[in-house]
Amino acid sequence: MRPENRTSSTAPRNQAPIKSPGHVAAHVGPEGRGRVGDSPLRPDGTLKVAGEFAYSSDLWIDGMLWGATLRSPHPRALIRSLDIAPALAVPGVVAVLTHEDVPGVKFFGHDGTLDQPVLAIDQVRHQGEPIALVAADHPETARRAMEKIAIEFEVLEPVTDARAVIADPERHKVQPLGGITRHQPVRVGDVDAARAQAEVVVSGDFEVGMQDQAFLGPESGLAMPSEDGGIDLYVSTQWMHNDLEQIAPCLGLPEERIHMTLAGVGGAFGGREDLSMQIHAGMLALHTGKPVKMSYNRYESFFGHVHRHPASMHYEYGATADGKILYAEVEIVLDGGAYTSSTLNVTGNAASLGVGPYEIPNIRIDAYGVYTNNPPCGAMRGFGAVQACFAYESMMDRLAAATGLSPVEVRRRNAVSQGSKLATGQVIESPAPLADMLTRLEAMPLPPAADTSDIRNLPGGASQTTHGEGVVRGIGYGVGIKNICFSEGFDDLSTARVRLEVIGGEATVLVHTAAAEVGQGLVTLQAQIARSELGVRKVTIAPADTTVGDAGSTSASRQSYMSGGAVQKACHAVRDELLAMAERKFGSTYGQLYLDDGYVVSRWNGIVGPIEKVLGEDVIEATREFHHRPTQKMDPETGQGNSHTQLALCVHRAVVDVDTELGLVKVVEMAAVQDVGKILNRLSLEGQIHGGSAQGLGLAVMEEIVVAGGLVRNPSFTDYLIPTILDMPPMRLDILEHPDPDAPYGLRGAGEPPTLSSTPAIVAAVRDATGKALTRVPVRPEHIVA
Amino acid sequence: MEFLRPVTWADALAAKAGQPDALPIQGGTDVMVEINFDVHRPPALLDLNPVRELAEVETLPDGTLRVGAGVPYVRLINELGDRLPGLAQASRTVGSPQIRNRGTVGGNLGAASPAGDSHPPLLASDAVIEAESSARGTRLIPAVDFYKGVKRNALEPDELIRAIRIAPASGPQYFSKIGTRNAMVIAVCSFAIALHPDERRVGTGVGSAAPTPRRATAAEEFLSAELDWDARGPLSVSVAQRFGELVKEAAAPIDDVRGTADYRKHALSVMARRTLTWAWNDHRATREEAS
Repeated sequence: MRPENRTSSTAPRNQAPIKSPGHVAAHVGPEGRGRVGDSPLRPDGTLKVAGEFAYSSDLWIDGMLWGATLRSPHPRALIRSLDIAPALAVPGVVAVLTHEDVPGVKFFGHDGTLDQPVLAIDQVRHQGEPIALVAADHPETARRAMEKIAIEFEVLEPVTDARAVIADPERHKVQPLGGITRHQPVRVGDVDAARAQAEVVVSGDFEVGMQDQAFLGPESGLAMPSEDGGIDLYVSTQWMHNDLEQIAPCLGLPEERIHMTLAGVGGAFGGREDLSMQIHAGMLALHTGKPVKMSYNRYESFFGHVHRHPASMHYEYGATADGKILYAEVEIVLDGGAYTSSTLNVTGNAASLGVGPYEIPNIRIDAYGVYTNNPPCGAMRGFGAVQACFAYESMMDRLAAATGLSPVEVRRRNAVSQGSKLATGQVIESPAPLADMLTRLEAMPLPPAADTSDIRNLPGGASQTTHGEGVVRGIGYGVGIKNICFSEGFDDLSTARVRLEVIGGEATVLVHTAAAEVGQGLVTLQAQIARSELGVRKVTIAPADTTVGDAGSTSASRQSYMSGGAVQKACHAVRDELLAMAERKFGSTYGQLYLDDGYVVSRWNGIVGPIEKVLGEDVIEATREFHHRPTQKMDPETGQGNSHTQLALCVHRAVVDVDTELGLVKVVEMAAVQDVGKILNRLSLEGQIHGGSAQGLGLAVMEEIVVAGGLVRNPSFTDYLIPTILDMPPMRLDILEHPDPDAPYGLRGAGEPPTLSSTPAIVAAVRDATGKALTRVPVRPEHIVA
Repeated sequence: MEFLRPVTWADALAAKAGQPDALPIQGGTDVMVEINFDVHRPPALLDLNPVRELAEVETLPDGTLRVGAGVPYVRLINELGDRLPGLAQASRTVGSPQIRNRGTVGGNLGAASPAGDSHPPLLASDAVIEAESSARGTRLIPAVDFYKGVKRNALEPDELIRAIRIAPASGPQYFSKIGTRNAMVIAVCSFAIALHPDERRVGTGVGSAAPTPRRATAAEEFLSAELDWDARGPLSVSVAQRFGELVKEAAAPIDDVRGTADYRKHALSVMARRTLTWAWNDHRATREEAS
């Protein structure tokens, strides 16, 4: 959130770099309104709509240099020679750097897997892998000089078939680690015995294409040498402290000499969990002693971040004649590309959530993440659960067809509820009213037939491919379950600092966290929490930076839970100190004190006074860490273990009109029921559900990075299509509030679940309309007319 | 990169003659994207926006419309939709509202992409491209002779596109385009049909299914002969079917990231059949209204 980042009492030490629009006060929402449960407007909303929000790509300081990145044109090649002299000779070029110039450790990565070279060393393993950096006084100069770097490649045959890697990992090793990144089995009961009992057996092979986060703000930021010999970094990211842990060793600097401030983030969706230009800009700034800005263009952005793992999956279910599932046998293969990124945990998620929110007594799952020379894949909204969800929901529809039950009924008969065991053996301890959610969904009214007098209501839309000919309506259902917060033993804590003081005669709260606002609305929510807990109207959110403790990642639908929890906890500490102060200042005769709407109140004697009176000149500040309950690693042999903190359900019904002759789809309506535990901000929440559903729609019918021979064929928004407003239909929402007693306010993370269930619901609806098997997403017109 | 900004048409022609490798730019919806993606680095840009003549629409003595090369799509839709329905429908499928406010048919012709949306209706309506150079004056190039290859057109290096000459519709016209998204999408393939009842003739245009936009000549001839122009009887299913087949045969598409050749051919046959049906039904309805 740029505006919030730029002006406040804890603004970055050097405000000089920020020369761009958006210098607005950091008050969040209309003053004095907007507590937990209200829907105050987000402070960045108007700016974004008006085109005035300052993103990281808008950063500017006089005298800065521009960095550019030379990337590999090949998916796999040896670098035989590399000559930077011609680039250095270009007037205006200040530096050209290669891996030899990395000041510290030459590799970085997630989860302690340091396998990704800062700059390629003697070989490249995927198209777009960074090889060299240029800094020049103009971006075009940098770009042209970069093209003058002379490289001799010895091109090698790329490994592009993930299943071939599993068949022979030693032979298809693309980097020292492998091979196979992770094989996670899940073993429950006795599948072979259950198979003998099954009256109905259904099976299928399913594929999910490589989806992109398609955030609109390209990777960009500014690195400035600081007075202490370190670096000030202004970047858009999802987790500054994790960036810092990776950047510092590579730059050869202690963490305390790298000062990170969150710049305006133009969307993330997991694509900013991995480093992009951070170390590169830092290297150029250290080397040149000047500020360096880097900003990818759209083409480069497609190579600048990891994507969603494409998946190839085989499923077999056996059931009783009345639709009760007896066993599931599942193989999931996720292509992680050349480097590890988040593949370890994505594979874990695909395994633990591989059969979804259904009670299945006998399970054999084998989930694999593998290395190839395809584009690297890592975190994206849904994180391994999306791929499995498309397969297991397709299986539920197959089971419905085989047993003669309705798609809703077969799901209801197998649905988990509170007390059920997941595939991992983990018992769902909080409410999970899936059967009820399905019943509610089914009862929602259906949309009327399309008004064919306006072509925009029909498949093909404005392109006028039909006036109603060939159009058939279909209805489909989808169910998804997503883990909230990090899993498998990871203690992803959040830290919040809350300060209460009187400014201009008014009690004012300053909330400071390092939590990344990436557009999801956390800044708004933090203020709502502070207002609710302290009864103060005026709340300021300080810029997110690394002068406060770790807030964990803005991912895994976790920030409301974790940073929200930390803000609440810090507010409670401030409140307790305030009440103690009241007792000290006004004597203990008042007895038990509490806060009510900006007043300190005694249970015995009524109002003591407003906060301002109690505080006077004093300042109360508290910093608190919030931890979720501990989780366990999955057993490496059986996959068993209480691996997840919280689980969230969403169910979708999709209604589509399909032009069965041309294979074009118009999603007419999506309806969703989601249990969020507690609605903190309905407006924001509905936005998350709409957005997640739209992203799932994209995966269902259009979004795919097409890769052939390790090369991306559509790195542009001309050919990587994301839904427009004409593609995304109106939604009916039914939001349930079954509180989770372990979570702050009883909330349940909400950002990811709708991304899961919308995709299979839409594909099921298209199947309903066409009778086609449609085992791959995105569904393309040629699949429908085939 | 030089930036030339003539204010009059004569100056624009002189500038182009003086620097034939200057790339004309009008709305910039294509040129700027290519520059931003570093696809082209033209030595000079010739900005035609200040040339007011290019934004004019006039009716020539024979009734033909002369549409300036700088008239944006939004004006084709709003001001000329009644007289040029095929071109207006195609214009409506171009990009987003912002693109349609800036983009022009002149730019579409200059780029000569086989996927350009305006090409099929121009072909179906026998449009003529008016090119001009300071050395040789005006040259009229029928649309059918204008497209020379993938992103190549018939213009000489010193020529600029002045206008498109196109007769107002004498019968129903339709444009249809396949995209894998319901708006703001580049054509997987597209088709335009124009009935010319006075001449008992049918015009067609096929887009994004060959190296250049092209007419489906055999399909036109077949249909012109088969249609019941006088009695305006119902369209026979077999005629519509055959027409679709002939349009399909006229195409020479490739497999690419936007779609397969087989799908393009199939879709063309469906679009040809459907647009013919709509056009013929309109034609019949006109008779009914008249009687």
